[in-house]
Amino acid sequence: MKAAKFDYERPADLDGALRLLGGGGDVYAKVLAGGQSLGPMLNLRLAQPGLLVDVTRIPELTRVEDDGEALVLGACVTHAMIEDGKVPDVTGGALPSVAGAIAYRGVRNRGTIGGSVAHADPAADWPTALSALGAEAVVRGPSGSRTVPVSEFIVGVFETVMGEDEILEAIRIPKLSADARWGYYKVCRKPGEFADAIGAVLVDAEHSVHRLVIGATNAAPVTIADAAEVLGGNGVPGASFDLDAARRLVDGADTNLDDMERHIHAVALKRAVEQVAK
Amino acid sequence: MKKTVNLTINGRSVTAEVEPRTHLADFLRDDQRLTGTHLGCEHGVCGACTVIMDGEPVRSCINFAVACDGTDVRTIEDFDDDELMAHLRQAFTEEHGLQCGYCTPGMLIMARDIIARLPDADESRIRLELSGNLCRCTGYVGIVRAIRRVLAERKEVASV
Ligand SMILES: Cc1cc2nc3c(=O)[nH]c(=O)nc-3n(C[C@H](O)[C@H](O)[C@H](O)COP(=O)(O)OP(=O)(O)OC[C@H]3O[C@@H](n4cnc5c(N)ncnc54)[C@H](O)[C@@H]3O)c2cc1C
Ligand code: FES
Ligand code: FES
Repeated sequence: MKAAKFDYERPADLDGALRLLGGGGDVYAKVLAGGQSLGPMLNLRLAQPGLLVDVTRIPELTRVEDDGEALVLGACVTHAMIEDGKVPDVTGGALPSVAGAIAYRGVRNRGTIGGSVAHADPAADWPTALSALGAEAVVRGPSGSRTVPVSEFIVGVFETVMGEDEILEAIRIPKLSADARWGYYKVCRKPGEFADAIGAVLVDAEHSVHRLVIGATNAAPVTIADAAEVLGGNGVPGASFDLDAARRLVDGADTNLDDMERHIHAVALKRAVEQVAK
Repeated sequence: MKKTVNLTINGRSVTAEVEPRTHLADFLRDDQRLTGTHLGCEHGVCGACTVIMDGEPVRSCINFAVACDGTDVRTIEDFDDDELMAHLRQAFTEEHGLQCGYCTPGMLIMARDIIARLPDADESRIRLELSGNLCRCTGYVGIVRAIRRVLAERKEVASV
């Protein structure tokens, strides 16, 4: 199908973009980044905005910065740039490996990290991976800037804390210590598809981080921030984290899943933890 | 309201008035009469519409022409004299890499990107990289064999 009629603007800076988003009156304006989720939705007429505000050429949104403690990626950095190591990796390989398993190369060349987080599709990779990595969303609105952990930024299916007049400016990803361990397991029936289930785990003992995330549910990703005990005493995952332990966590979370789906999520979580235990 | 775009298409500088809702594939096919780019699903899944933008493969059905202002676009028509593409065309023909030909422009563009980007790709990597291009006819075996053959022959030439 073809998209319904819409208008298009490409502001040169963030202030210009914010003005277009806020000043429309009765025009429903929407941000356009890589268009890799919005494009299909427009073509299928699932979305029918009056105005698209293309933010991909705004310098603040394509910047890459190291602020000492964290890597700051502008919202419009693409999956492919992360996959190819064109931005620094502060996560011991977690970022490029997640990026490389999103969709297909043709999609990764355009799709952006910020677009994926703002879109808040529960089955997408970045919402779960960045929650597990302890990343933050830097949001810019008419009244200034605020920073929200990604795990709190996404509040539901396709739902975030952002208002319609706000823009996701950047993602701030904390640097991991050298012996941090990362596990990520995505269940999908064909490479590049959206996930049926995702399990993610980060153990960074030096920073006292033992975090588990249950992703691709029928709700926002579920972050278990203090998983040291459930992972086994000192937080080093051992044999005690078996399928039953994973299942108890899934059953205890607000995921809106049926029995079979909860089993698949428990398996994904267990396999993610196995990667860390090795 | 129509917008003006300036872009390079197959080495030609093009200025055009486009409706923002026109995606790049429709612009190429209907406005530029470059019908080598095929449309399958029109929502990013099948890869038939793959073209090269600024050196990288992208799906032309979910990129709007208006947003491609200033870019350099290459469609399958631009690869007639490309040495690597000629090699691939011959391998596709000989290895039964196509039947109806619907997926072929996108397959060839993706295949060329795989060979240029991943000269050491083995069969499973080729299959992984091709997972975003659907073919309803061949069962992929011939396509994968064609790409493997070109990779192997280029390696042989390089090592002489
Ligand atoms: C065939 C196919 C397979 C895919 N498979 C996967 C997969 O396996 N895993 C996965 O994670 N993703 C997958 N995707 C989605 C892809 O990763 C998208 O790139 C991503 O979800 C959206 O990023 P975008 O830059 O294209 O955003 P757009 O499509 O441009 O925008 C998406 C939404 O976010 C909003 N938005 C975008 N940027 C901002 C911003 N800076 N501030 C505020 N709002 C913003 C837009 O208004 C829109 O509502 C797939 C896509 C396709 C087409
Ligand atoms: S037509 Fe573009 S991906 Fe199917
Ligand atoms: S040759 Fe017919 S779809 Fe591939």
